[in-house]
Amino acid sequence: MALRLPRKDVVIIGLGWTGSILAHELLQAGLDVVAIERGPWRDTATDFLISYAQDELRYRLQHDLFLRPSQITVTFRNNAGQTALPVRSWGAFMLGNGAGGAGVHWNGETWRFLPTDFVLRSHLTQRYGADFLPADMTIQDWGVTFDELEPHYDRFEYLCGTSGTAGNLQGKIQEGGNPFEGPRSRPYPTPALKQGYGHALFAQAARELGYKPFPQPAGNLSQLYTNPLGVTLGQCTYCGFCEWFGCANYSKSSPQTTILPVLVRNANFEARTYCEVTRINLDRSGKWATGVTYADASGTEYEQPADLVILCAFQLFNVQLLLLSGIGKPYDPASGEGQIGRNFTHQTLSSALGFFDKDKYNFNPFVAAGAIGMCIDEFNGDNFDHGPLGFVGGGYIGQVQTNGRPIETTAVPPGTPAWGSKWKEALRDNYLSTVNCGAACHGSFYSYRDVYLDLDPTYKDRFGRPLLRMTIDFHDNELKMSAYLTDKYAEILARMGAKQVVKQPRKGPYDVTQYQTSHLCGGAVMGDNPGNSALNRYLQSWDVPNLFVQGASAFPQNAGYNPTGTVGALAFWSAAAIRSQYLKKPGPLVQA
Amino acid sequence: MYRLDRRQLLGSSAIALLLGSETARAAIVKGGLPWKPGSGDPPAAVTPGGWRYFTAQEAATVEAFVDRLIPADVLTPGGKELGCAVFIDRQLAGPYGRFEGHYMTGPFQQGTKQQGPQSPVTPAQHYRQALATLDAACRSKFGGKVFADLSDDQKDETIKGLEDGSLKLGGTDGREFFKLILKDTQNGFLADPIYGGNKDMASWKMIGFPGAHYDYRNWIDRHNQRVALPPVGINNHPDWSQ
Amino acid sequence: MMRGLLLGVVMTFSAAGAALAAGVDRQDFSQIERGHYLAIVGDCAACHTLPGSGHEMAGGRAIETPFGELMAPNITPDPQTGIGAWTDEEFIDALTKGTGRGVARLYPAMPYTYYTKLTRDDALAIRAYLNTVPAVSNPVQADQLPFPFDMRWTMAVWDQLFFKPGPFHPNANKSAEWNRGAYLAEGLAHCGMCHTPKNVLGGDKTGERLKGYALQGWFAPDITNDPRRGLGGWSVDDVVAYLKTGHNRTGAATGPMSETLNLSTSHMSDPDLKAIAVYLKDQAGPQPDPPPAPDRAMMTTGAKIYADECSSCHTPDGKGIPGLVPALNGSPAVQQVDPTTLLRVVLRGARSVGTAPAPTAAAMPQFGWILTDDQVAAVLTYIRNAWGNAAPPVSAGAVGKARQSFVERSD
Repeated sequence: MALRLPRKDVVIIGLGWTGSILAHELLQAGLDVVAIERGPWRDTATDFLISYAQDELRYRLQHDLFLRPSQITVTFRNNAGQTALPVRSWGAFMLGNGAGGAGVHWNGETWRFLPTDFVLRSHLTQRYGADFLPADMTIQDWGVTFDELEPHYDRFEYLCGTSGTAGNLQGKIQEGGNPFEGPRSRPYPTPALKQGYGHALFAQAARELGYKPFPQPAGNLSQLYTNPLGVTLGQCTYCGFCEWFGCANYSKSSPQTTILPVLVRNANFEARTYCEVTRINLDRSGKWATGVTYADASGTEYEQPADLVILCAFQLFNVQLLLLSGIGKPYDPASGEGQIGRNFTHQTLSSALGFFDKDKYNFNPFVAAGAIGMCIDEFNGDNFDHGPLGFVGGGYIGQVQTNGRPIETTAVPPGTPAWGSKWKEALRDNYLSTVNCGAACHGSFYSYRDVYLDLDPTYKDRFGRPLLRMTIDFHDNELKMSAYLTDKYAEILARMGAKQVVKQPRKGPYDVTQYQTSHLCGGAVMGDNPGNSALNRYLQSWDVPNLFVQGASAFPQNAGYNPTGTVGALAFWSAAAIRSQYLKKPGPLVQA
Repeated sequence: MYRLDRRQLLGSSAIALLLGSETARAAIVKGGLPWKPGSGDPPAAVTPGGWRYFTAQEAATVEAFVDRLIPADVLTPGGKELGCAVFIDRQLAGPYGRFEGHYMTGPFQQGTKQQGPQSPVTPAQHYRQALATLDAACRSKFGGKVFADLSDDQKDETIKGLEDGSLKLGGTDGREFFKLILKDTQNGFLADPIYGGNKDMASWKMIGFPGAHYDYRNWIDRHNQRVALPPVGINNHPDWSQ
Repeated sequence: MMRGLLLGVVMTFSAAGAALAAGVDRQDFSQIERGHYLAIVGDCAACHTLPGSGHEMAGGRAIETPFGELMAPNITPDPQTGIGAWTDEEFIDALTKGTGRGVARLYPAMPYTYYTKLTRDDALAIRAYLNTVPAVSNPVQADQLPFPFDMRWTMAVWDQLFFKPGPFHPNANKSAEWNRGAYLAEGLAHCGMCHTPKNVLGGDKTGERLKGYALQGWFAPDITNDPRRGLGGWSVDDVVAYLKTGHNRTGAATGPMSETLNLSTSHMSDPDLKAIAVYLKDQAGPQPDPPPAPDRAMMTTGAKIYADECSSCHTPDGKGIPGLVPALNGSPAVQQVDPTTLLRVVLRGARSVGTAPAPTAAAMPQFGWILTDDQVAAVLTYIRNAWGNAAPPVSAGAVGKARQSFVERSD
């Protein structure tokens, strides 16, 4: 029997980026807020100590900052004909844990999606005709437009202090920025990072080939910055220990470095760490949330009543909690009906290795930052004519090498023995002179009828709850897109002067052991009616109006960019709707 | 490494235990950022000498093995001298060797390659089984000699047999063990020396990685120049002592 | 709430003003409001409110002194366990003369040696405010000092030696602002309580006023206008910013000053902070002997440690990051003769204060786990003597002693 705690106005499940943003916005509205966080409290000088933060074995290889699969994991299969098996240790994606969530260990790439990404199905259908799309592709419009989100992208970037070069300032194309981006209301809060040799060489080669390279928008700050909340971040030191690591010198945008210091000062805020929400409770009607039940580290259960429930966990766990709480109708791939678990997507990454003459090129790959790099956007979204190509989607292409950590990043030419003196020689001869950038082609992953999430019939977590089951594989559309992008990238590498280019296009089947990104999306998507979505355009549950579900689980499909900028923008957008509309009249903000 | 330290939690004025009861283990954060002097969870440096997991015989085999994977040559000393076997021993004696943090609930069943490792056999158990059968295989092939006593050529021949799958190891797949010991050896070779391998940061010097520095602002726009910083490790700073 | 119950504190709602005397007007809201402000300036809550208890002024906080721990008494209006039964005269005497109702003498952990400068009006205003605080029944056993300090009568002797009672006398040669600053700094704000060196019996060394003093495992720095160790390098605005926000261009508050900032100075008015700054920046003091030139080998090693472990935050030239990481170059905190604070910050880490205008509260991580005593000595000697800084070297022995003493401290 769970111990019933005093009521709060708002309970937030998960204190990562979206939980922190929603907590702050709702505190500003005068509400009292409790955040329930599964992992530990984390902070710069107590957890990311500069004297040992640069530990590749501990943080990169052994996943020290991440959720332990022993606590909770997922099961995986490529298709419904297989038996899903548990992911026993992380591989294809990494799941954050603790205060700050994935904002602790991300690289800091802070992109906006293209205006056409938000109206994807209408746009592609209009341009190429409805028959152009594969029959089983289930992409759709978001229900919110770029123009509506722009002020909220802006708020997120100014919260983070994002470093970049504007490409489209209020409709005017800017030299040196991304000419394909949607119009932005003002420049980035801080100028772009400096670039290393390999990044600069890529930009030069791209320009020679007629592209318009621009610096990747970065949450590793180019200079000292104090955000509108009064929180100060320092200048990135290009240490090369960014993604998978916590930042030891306050220079990476994260909830820790942008919001948490202000949140904890508010007398109406409280975070309970080491507490895992086990379900969202509904009243008898099943149409109104009464709060959540959670367990602390000893397994003791508590019931936290609240007027408003904001689900801010990682995408997978948002979907799992909805399914476990009986909210919405589970997706059925056979009929295509039901919304919870539908339109699950990931990312389609590919790359190529560029081996350069060691006597002429020294890239110092370890001098880097998480979101350093030069990119081109000519092959993203629908920035190029897909008509003759037979696929849709795309991604940014860039020299975005983030590190030279020796276990992860050493590459040797094909044919090199795997061990012995020849291997050592190859390591020595190539470490400094190889462009080895795993995320060079950051391809989209569109949604399909047979890629989805549901509850596993066999495997359970430590509470005995069914694990979430992923059924996912690459489709021809994505593999064609990946091959096309990889070719384009390889051409640029050759132009840069590589003596050998080894293409690594994405190949199927989807492999849960091969790291791509942690950009899992969908499963509780937003849309314009309950027939195509779990959430309305304000991320409000169609089924339970006092429940808002934040994060990338709302993406109807994934674009060719890193998702965090859009996750942050949607959080501010949703919070604004709660403050300006919902609190005045609690109930559905969009009539079904 | 996520220990919930009651003392640590209680020590901070900004953290209170929920309801103050013995069983409640939620750390509440409110009022200000928690602070406790001396916070952190630094790595424990491996101390040389002795074996924490391997038997003497196993250790001899692994030392011989890592010395062929990372042979002594003009580039670096051999894997044994660099501490790769010590690294593996300490890793197997710790969380890594036990699959700590892994999801270890059954049923365990073989899946596709894409579904990832599904074996309940931990790395520590894997080594124990494989090392015993490796010596057995060597004895029968090389007139009673165990792996450690083979010539370098015989060792290399044996390792190649594991690598290409032609040499079976009793009940275990030789290729799987090869992949495991290769990965562990290379990790020991390239990881921070605090974990027992990569003595004197030999691999880092070999490839030109300066190690655990945290500030390259002076180097970011010095394109195509070799970074002239001596390598440092987490607790490895040769120029600190005079 | 649970914490309060655990401590055995029980709220009472009895009438607070049983012994109301002339001078305090319960209807005079402006007097109460002024009293509230003055109680903040005097930082009464620092000792008399147990943090986290939710019971303002109900006492029970242990005050660490060189002679043992004292328990701050309950000064809520509760007639039995607080000061509700005290007359205004008794209250004023306690504040300004160190006498107490029912006890011979207060211990000078209560800064009556400073509060003696208070005007009668200000003292009455504080009383008026305290009358409005919820009465809490919380008996506090104040006397916990070991022999011979447990004998309160000895304090009469102490007072004879070290206590000069009497109101503040303005200096006619100084501005009104300076005099306001002096009245606050030397009186209610009792800066010297921490910042003035003490003799063996805990009395102020009057010849070294505000020149810095080690207490509670920290060193309260020199706050005269000394160009190297004091406020000489800071403008009046820098001092005001520091007292208001805990941070300025180069410095950041930590340790016990964090609490003083949060409870007291950050809530003070800008004119009062400026007055204090003007006054402090007009204080000179004896110059310590110039430190000996540091050992060259120590400096070389220290520079290398600094480059590897410190410079990515404090920057290679020691200038720090404004608002985030304190400057070491030219820093008074770094050049205090007594390195206690530096030892503590390096060995155990420290969080800078977070305030509403400067909420970041960046923290320094501990280096105690990685640096040996010799290495701490080298890097501290280096930062105390690099970039034109000058301060006595730090020995490995001092580091070892500090390491041991900090291990025993929980704060």
